[in-house]
Amino acid sequence: MSEPGANGDYILEARGLRKSFGDLEVLKGVDFRVRSGELVFVIGPSGSGKSTLLRCFNRLEEPSAGSVVVHGVDLMARSTDINAMRRRIGMVFQSFNLYPHLRVRSNVTLALRRVLRKPRVEADRIAEAALARVGLADKADAYPSELSGGQQQRVAIARALALEPQLVLFDEPTSALDPELVGSVLTVMRDLRAAGMTMVVVSHEMRFAREAADRVVFMDDGCIVEEGSPEEIFERPRSPRLREFVAEVTR
Amino acid sequence: MDLLVETFFNLAIMREALPLLLRGVLTTLALCAVVIPLGFAGGLVLAVLGTTRSRWKRFLLACWIDFFRAVPPLVLLIFVHSGLPFAGIELTAFAAVAVAFLLNNSAYYAEIVRAGIESIGRGQREAARSTGLTATQTLTWVVLPQAVRNVLPDLLSNTIEVVKLTSIASVVALPELLYAADMARSVTYNASPIVLAAGFYLLLLWPVVRLLSRLEHRIAG
Amino acid sequence: MATPELSAWQRFVETFFRPDLLAEYSDDIALGMVVTCEVAVLVLVCGTALGLLLAYLRALRFRALNFLIVVFVDVMRALPPLVLILLFYFGLPSVGISLSSFVVLWLVLTLVLAAFAEEIFWAGMLSVRDGQWQAARSTGLGFNQTLVWVILPQAVRMTVPPLTNRAIAITKNTALGTVIGVGEILNQATTAQSFTGSATPLMMGAIAYVVLFVPVVMLGRWVETRFAWKRA
Repeated sequence: MSEPGANGDYILEARGLRKSFGDLEVLKGVDFRVRSGELVFVIGPSGSGKSTLLRCFNRLEEPSAGSVVVHGVDLMARSTDINAMRRRIGMVFQSFNLYPHLRVRSNVTLALRRVLRKPRVEADRIAEAALARVGLADKADAYPSELSGGQQQRVAIARALALEPQLVLFDEPTSALDPELVGSVLTVMRDLRAAGMTMVVVSHEMRFAREAADRVVFMDDGCIVEEGSPEEIFERPRSPRLREFVAEVTR
Repeated sequence: MDLLVETFFNLAIMREALPLLLRGVLTTLALCAVVIPLGFAGGLVLAVLGTTRSRWKRFLLACWIDFFRAVPPLVLLIFVHSGLPFAGIELTAFAAVAVAFLLNNSAYYAEIVRAGIESIGRGQREAARSTGLTATQTLTWVVLPQAVRNVLPDLLSNTIEVVKLTSIASVVALPELLYAADMARSVTYNASPIVLAAGFYLLLLWPVVRLLSRLEHRIAG
Repeated sequence: MATPELSAWQRFVETFFRPDLLAEYSDDIALGMVVTCEVAVLVLVCGTALGLLLAYLRALRFRALNFLIVVFVDVMRALPPLVLILLFYFGLPSVGISLSSFVVLWLVLTLVLAAFAEEIFWAGMLSVRDGQWQAARSTGLGFNQTLVWVILPQAVRMTVPPLTNRAIAITKNTALGTVIGVGEILNQATTAQSFTGSATPLMMGAIAYVVLFVPVVMLGRWVETRFAWKRA
């Protein structure tokens, strides 16, 4: 495995990504790069391929063509241990996907113990630290079903953080939450941003995008239509499609 | 390889045994035509009786059902066929099978229908009663039709089991499919008739098993 | 047999509960219970394990293998176990494979239970939402690790009630062993019946089954309510 930064400053570099489901082409050749420490926001109408793109970044979705390089490692190469790479790429899902049969602590420690083979004491210590980071140190013994949606999503973030990822992918992390619970999740993401975590976020939280993103990428119909700083995207959209979309979501 | 074909797929022997087996198929079908409706009707009765408010009656009913679910059907059959004559009750093989199957199958059907009835929310019952239907009318026209629909895969699965179970009638010399096949086997000293019988069972039940499998997965998914 | 002086009750006792026969054949029936339990336990363990293995192989999603598994499962679900028992017992010796009646009974019931168990495990695995796979894989867990630590523990809850019921039904099929002379309860009872010309041993056999299986059926009932959880 290569050293961090071996691929210039880019922690993630995808080229010419294509993905088809049968006849339906969802990604039509996407180039996407993320610098270390960057927070990149991906916006676009539903069905534009945002989530599929995100899932290609850790190969939960198998790209039909193209390359994904994370930390200088080609994810598509046969010799790459994809499970080892996935540990370094955290992912947070719209529907949380916490394991309902495990307590919060075990949700966080499962990969630490089964993949990294860390002893229980050490795994528990890491889990408690990760849970403290998302403000849920006191919920370690609860089951997911005993938590609110916002708390569940923060546990999911802790589960990703516990593996010390160099990059975290957020797939519509607040879409399944009641409005009053969104804030607590965004606060955690803001803290992560302040701590210098590299993040790619697919989300409809435009206000958060404006305030926190380094760069916003607008996708439509399987292509990247426009990208730039939040000001450029939201204040001075160039393409008619983006203008339409911004008008729609900020109404 | 030749030996394998000779033992299990001897076409000459199969051809010879075919008329006997076809008569066996007819007997099996006749048996099914009697025991399936009988068992289902018995199950419906037990399940409806089970909706009583009396704890006592419910307990007795549960004991009855559990008893007949606990006794293996073959044991029940042999008891009815060979045990009851000692008490002066002589039954033909067919009648013995019908009685044993009624006792066994109705217990299983009853459990399934009960689960179906329990799956219908109180709202349905209350709505029906609010329009002036009696308790019996509510059960007949509102609850049972939905209940049966909800547990259709289980009913189908149990019915497959009943059809398969008819093969134990061979033990009391009722000339159904398996009995015919085993007769042919003992005469020819060759297992091919049983393979042929297996073929008939597959012909009869495989489509139903496929259908059931699809129903089950649709509900799970 | 029955003399007119006997009351109906006495006649009933004389037919089904003759004290001398109860004493004489209780050892045989007890022996039969041991054999029944032996077959039942062996079938339960092997059948469930084989079913789980088949469900695992099916989860790997190799086309040809899946086809074979589905055919095996369908055939085992469609054929009466007694047909298989006769086929194995009378057919296999002709091709040089001689299995004892005990082994034939064990083998057939194991295969049948495995088929049903595979279907049940597979349905349970399908019932776990895709997100669980994705979440586990995204943290670097491999296929097997995800299956063992995340999917199966959740699937098992769904599978316990149907599997229990199916297992009970199939262990009761141990009675079919009597047809090929396995010395289980029914076999002991019918042998004694033909020997004594009395229905008492049959009644003893029936009672032995009730003693063995009523607790099991009640356990099944309990398991059904215990595991009946609302799916979120």
